[in-house]
Amino acid sequence: MSNSTDTYAVPGVGAGLLDVYRRRYLLKLIVRKELRVRYRGSVLGLAWSYVKPLVQYVVLFFALGIVLRVGDQIPNYALYMFSGVIVINFFSEAFSNATRSIVSNAALVKKIYLPRELFPVASVWVAAVHFLPQLIVLLAAALLSGWHPDIMQLFGALLGFVIVAVTATGLGLLAGAINVFFRDAENIVDMLMMIVTWTSPVLYDWTMIRRLAAPWVLTIYQLNPITVAVELFHWAFWYPTVNQPVELPPHLLVTGFIGLGMAALFLVIGQIVFRRLEGHFAQEV
Amino acid sequence: MGAAVIVKGLKKTFNLRHSHSMKETLVWLAKGRKGDLTKKFDALHDVSFEIQPGETVALLGFNGSGKSTLLKLISGVILPDQGTVRTKGRVAGLIEVGAGFHPDLSGRENVYLNAAILGMTEQEIQEKFDDIVAFSEIEQFIDTEVKFYSSGMFLRLAFAVAVHTQPDIFLVDEILAVGDEPFQRKCLAKIKQLSDEGRTLVVVSHDLDMISRICDRGVVLSSGTVQFEGPADQAVAWLRERN
Ligand SMILES: Nc1ncnc2c1ncn2[C@@H]1O[C@H](COP(=O)(O)OP(=O)(O)O)[C@@H](O)[C@H]1O
Ligand SMILES: [Mg+2]
Repeated sequence: MSNSTDTYAVPGVGAGLLDVYRRRYLLKLIVRKELRVRYRGSVLGLAWSYVKPLVQYVVLFFALGIVLRVGDQIPNYALYMFSGVIVINFFSEAFSNATRSIVSNAALVKKIYLPRELFPVASVWVAAVHFLPQLIVLLAAALLSGWHPDIMQLFGALLGFVIVAVTATGLGLLAGAINVFFRDAENIVDMLMMIVTWTSPVLYDWTMIRRLAAPWVLTIYQLNPITVAVELFHWAFWYPTVNQPVELPPHLLVTGFIGLGMAALFLVIGQIVFRRLEGHFAQEV
Repeated sequence: MGAAVIVKGLKKTFNLRHSHSMKETLVWLAKGRKGDLTKKFDALHDVSFEIQPGETVALLGFNGSGKSTLLKLISGVILPDQGTVRTKGRVAGLIEVGAGFHPDLSGRENVYLNAAILGMTEQEIQEKFDDIVAFSEIEQFIDTEVKFYSSGMFLRLAFAVAVHTQPDIFLVDEILAVGDEPFQRKCLAKIKQLSDEGRTLVVVSHDLDMISRICDRGVVLSSGTVQFEGPADQAVAWLRERN
């Protein structure tokens, strides 16, 4: 914050996401606050976020492999699914918490001025903190299956992560702002999350969609930024462990950059809507 | 060197009945927007004044006259529907008890959070932390979650943080009243000190004797408009006549 005393400021009007960057220390405190409040009174605390993905992996391994025999169609199916599942987990936690973030921080929003974009952004950071243990479980499982990625595949994973983080921030700004006025938004988002989980190639692979749908439907399907990120994760963490021929979706990196473009578009739209509505947050929340 | 605070043609409208349901709104839209979805109410209209750097100004008026709303507009918590507010320098406000505090965090964590919200850097906070706690005189409870604090303890911590941010403009609402006698005296001494340092103060209080003692000027609000503006003792006298 500048301390210059010779220019006039307009109180309550900030620079949006740029202010979040300028006030990184405050962002850090808010992220820490969210984590503290979340694990208050819990003995294991953040360790829960290691236990949950481990259990999820074991359940996928037994339920889908041994009961449903998915492994007959997809080699290393547990790794395939888990690498997609953690993308969806990250997205849904980030998006749904960002949607609730303004309302759940009403105590701060109502009584004091701070750049309100901090709250949705902090939600995405909290989800990223919870993503880390899942990534570690994934890496351990991949290494046990003989993982040997090349540099492009690792880049693909990073790209996928950024796509999801940016998409969740953009949509979270949008839905978080709308949620102040219509609490219906959080229910709509929960429903959307269910749809995203089942429309992304997490529990099946993209060739199954190709068999069912017209080529243009497939193209649209593959442009969904979350689908893009899931496929990038498959490419980075599952594909290098497979030693029989499998068919990857075409032009993965190209769709990756298109996905990033879509994510950036969501961010711009989210920021614009947020700025439009922000002026009424304090009195309506 | 111009004014520290410029308020021009300010109007603030609130919705009295809040609707947070999409269903109600859709029904209202479907019926061709008949009637008002929400009842509207002007908390402030056509309010203009300036505050010079270094001035101590009292905002006076009965409950509901719009004093807190005006302070919130100056601090930027809410935005005007018409008119403009301009401020020069760092603004800190003690507008509501517990503003910028999170109930589930300890006093210590809240000092960091609150000070960062008011614009202090990590290093500044670390340097001033001990002074802040010492000023608040609640060392013993600094690691207790603030939801167990009394409103007086809240005030102590909030006041201590706010004055240590070295604000150029300091806004103080009625909340000083929740402090005990010795702490109120300490706050008043601090307010005088800030004023002597050339900082700008805007104070709301119902303690009219105190107002005429410490303030240079008074602005009297009634039903959201400025009714009187002048030297503090005249403003107090004006208000007393109509009591
Ligand atoms: N968020 C809000 N929504 C609706 N009405 C409000 C809101 N905030 C304040 N008001 C109304 O605005 C008027 C002025 O309030 P306020 O500024 O708090 O008065 P004062 O501080 O002078 O007692 C009151 O009638 C109050 O009910
Ligand atoms: Mg008030």
